[in-house]
Amino acid sequence: MTTTKLARPERFFEDRFGLTSSALERLLGSHLAGRVDHADLFLEYRVSEELTLEEGAVKKASRHVSQGAGIRAQSGERTGYAHTDDLALPNLEEAARQARAIADQASSTTAVAVGSGRPHDLYALAEPPVNAALDRKVALLLKMDAAARALDPRVKQVIASLGSEDVVVLIATPSGWTVGDVRPLTRLNVTVIVEENGKREIGAYGGGGRVPFDFFLEEDRWRRYTSEAVRQATIKLHAVEAPAGEMTVVLGPGWPGILLHEAVGHGLEGDFNRKQTSAFSGRMGQKVASDLVTVIDDGTIANRRGSLNVDDEGIPTRRNVLIEKGVLVGYMQDRLNARLMGGEPTGNGRRESYAHQPMPRMTNTFMLAGQDDPADIIRSVPHGLYAVNFGGGQVDITNGKFVFSASEAYLIEDGKITRPVKGATLIGSGPEALTRVSRVGHDLKLDEGVGTCGKDGQSVPVGVGLPTIRIDGITVGGTQV
Amino acid sequence: MLDLLSDVLKRARERGATAADAFLVEDRAFSAQVRLGRVDTVKHAREQHLSLRVFSGRSAAAASTSDFSRTSVERLVDEAVSLSRITAPDELSGLPEASVLAREIPALDLDDPTGHDLSPEEKIDLARRCEAAALGADPRITNSEGGDFADRRARYAYAASHGFAAEYGTSSFSLSASPVASENGHMQRDGWYHVTRKRARLDSPEEIGKTAARRALRRLGARQVKTAQVPVVFDPEVAASLVRHVAGAVAGPSLYRGASFLLGKLGEQIAAPGVTIIDDGTIAGGLGSRPFDGEGLPILRTVIVDKGVLTSYLLDTYSGRKLGMASTHHAARDGSGVTVGTTNLYLAKGATDPKDLIGSVKQGLYVTELIGFGVNGVTGDYSRGAVGMWIDNGELAYPVEGITIAGNLLDMFRAIEGVGNDLVFRDRTAAPTVLVGRMTVAGA
Repeated sequence: MTTTKLARPERFFEDRFGLTSSALERLLGSHLAGRVDHADLFLEYRVSEELTLEEGAVKKASRHVSQGAGIRAQSGERTGYAHTDDLALPNLEEAARQARAIADQASSTTAVAVGSGRPHDLYALAEPPVNAALDRKVALLLKMDAAARALDPRVKQVIASLGSEDVVVLIATPSGWTVGDVRPLTRLNVTVIVEENGKREIGAYGGGGRVPFDFFLEEDRWRRYTSEAVRQATIKLHAVEAPAGEMTVVLGPGWPGILLHEAVGHGLEGDFNRKQTSAFSGRMGQKVASDLVTVIDDGTIANRRGSLNVDDEGIPTRRNVLIEKGVLVGYMQDRLNARLMGGEPTGNGRRESYAHQPMPRMTNTFMLAGQDDPADIIRSVPHGLYAVNFGGGQVDITNGKFVFSASEAYLIEDGKITRPVKGATLIGSGPEALTRVSRVGHDLKLDEGVGTCGKDGQSVPVGVGLPTIRIDGITVGGTQV
Repeated sequence: MLDLLSDVLKRARERGATAADAFLVEDRAFSAQVRLGRVDTVKHAREQHLSLRVFSGRSAAAASTSDFSRTSVERLVDEAVSLSRITAPDELSGLPEASVLAREIPALDLDDPTGHDLSPEEKIDLARRCEAAALGADPRITNSEGGDFADRRARYAYAASHGFAAEYGTSSFSLSASPVASENGHMQRDGWYHVTRKRARLDSPEEIGKTAARRALRRLGARQVKTAQVPVVFDPEVAASLVRHVAGAVAGPSLYRGASFLLGKLGEQIAAPGVTIIDDGTIAGGLGSRPFDGEGLPILRTVIVDKGVLTSYLLDTYSGRKLGMASTHHAARDGSGVTVGTTNLYLAKGATDPKDLIGSVKQGLYVTELIGFGVNGVTGDYSRGAVGMWIDNGELAYPVEGITIAGNLLDMFRAIEGVGNDLVFRDRTAAPTVLVGRMTVAGA
């Protein structure tokens, strides 16, 4: 198997494609310099691999290479963007001409300050998992299959997959400033189908991050993912109809933090607020949550799925406070929206690939821990829902309505967790939901590293986190009236 | 393109692969977004992608690249062949039999050679007119996420080592507007769009813009309703999503994994007699049409549900063999190999005017948008966020939001009491208005 040693980004693009720093400088200088408010070149080279086990064997394996350049020119609110996956210099020159054509005259003379501070070093790996030995990966997937089947005879199907990638990026501006990053990312997933008396259910679990392959072997993580998938699937076999209507909901720690991502996260992205199309527009400094609620977006946590050394515009990531003790204090910004709103970029300018232009996006979004014992929080609820695992969520930025779908939930009756209920979607209003948070646990947990956020057709890896919290009133979309 | 594919297959054989097939896409795309009358973003794209599947005996592997340099393509082939040596053999894997490959490539009129001949300025102007029509429709339209025009021209080629090589081209054009309406400090956004393979067939920018404005305006003043079990009318856009759930559940991989609520239901009544669902890849100029599937098999018209009875699964060669059935020619290519995909998928139209479907409901919900992912494909359990209008005595009375609709897909399809006569293909999947007799609406 050929492996690609992905060294320093500058050297990488020079060695492989002949794109020397002087060639890039000429390209940007002759086609973009001085005529626009901001211009940049984004070079990307991505190697990815996917191994999938089903029916007890790894029958599917694939390896992919994608490469390309995105060139952007901005003036005022205008963006010209061109991308190509042919990195020959004449192609890049054509792309630069196309990008510039629309943004031809600068509207302002103030150049954006390049983000202060140095890039972080959050995920340097001796060997990215995409280059790890294939036999070790196959062995891991086979162990998960055997473990799942040994755990419960009702397990009828196990699908386990290991997907990993290594991405080299280089960002350059006409001033000669360049910054690069090498970004490993891996995700291990297991899905089981269980069957009992002709009734089938599904359970899925997984984790990962910008971590080495051995991460999955440490602390028996692979075994925990497997047993979680089996546990969730078998519990659902006996779930009763979920309730319908507004009620008190307790969210468990970790992945239920998707609440924050949908209820407030997207609404606090700079683009929607510049355009005044967010339900949070113009609410800076106002109370949007209960005093117990502090929400952070932090791209600087080592080895996390949502972390970045620099964002996709070359700005070092930061720990940004979005809501402090219930008060809205910060938006997430990319360069364009920061410039137009008179703020500074916050390290949240992200893109799916060279084929996409950057937008303000979340990194790892979580709520700070509170004082309460999680068991006390459950005891405090006479009648409600305890939701611990979720599928995806979605939000309508403009009216603020958001949903997130519980995949594992229980009734709370007289302060006790009783019966499991079927999956149900929860719906609330972003600017209101967090004002109803009445208890916050001391058990903040970040998710396992499986989140992917979609916006405007672009997917990026993200993280969420939450302590156990109580929400006094949110609509639960079950069938039991 | 076919020369490159031929070289790739030749090298795969030389490196020891016993069989191989390869798929290639090249495209050029342009998009323009105008916001509040001013150019926001103009995007030019040039993309290419080669994907390869190789077999070493009964073991398979896949690889793909966007780098067409000789060394990179050679490396791709070598990596795919070495990967296929570590995967487990599967006696059912392999290319389809040569005898079932498409012999003729039908002309489906999928491209528009002259449609792309507009200058960037003219394309920007279409987006501008579309947004302007929305902004000018009513003083309560106060803001906008923009007007968009996009066009894309692509060529696809497929070749397999047992003797298939063909290519075809497509065009697509889209125009949309996303206005924001506001009243009493509350905002609502909505939008409207059109996608076609011929530019001349695009709805006028003014028509799209005005419809977008009407949709945003009708949401103003939306409120929650009380939790209740009532009839639910799905407008064509959201009814199409129900058809997609059926297609997902009859896709071969869902079935052989036991992950489908329609498992073992072939030949059974799974929906009301008014329900007929068809996948037809042969429609001339269709957005989902293609002259052959992802394994080179001729494209067909497949009746999936006939008057409520499940009559066909959607299978590629491998999932067909797993189920002891023939492929239904629904192989689609993705980077990782072959999956099952639909072409032009639709719920056949009924005889009822949609107004009469709404008119037949005393108290109920008319759904115009669904959000979230609350669908369990294994059990059919269904729970999603909804936006729409409350139906009071057969009339659309007021807008509602902040609610969910829930049930089970199998129960919902059996409870379809009416299918509208308003089928229009705006996208690859389409449906007319549908009335489901009873669902749980959760609200306040």
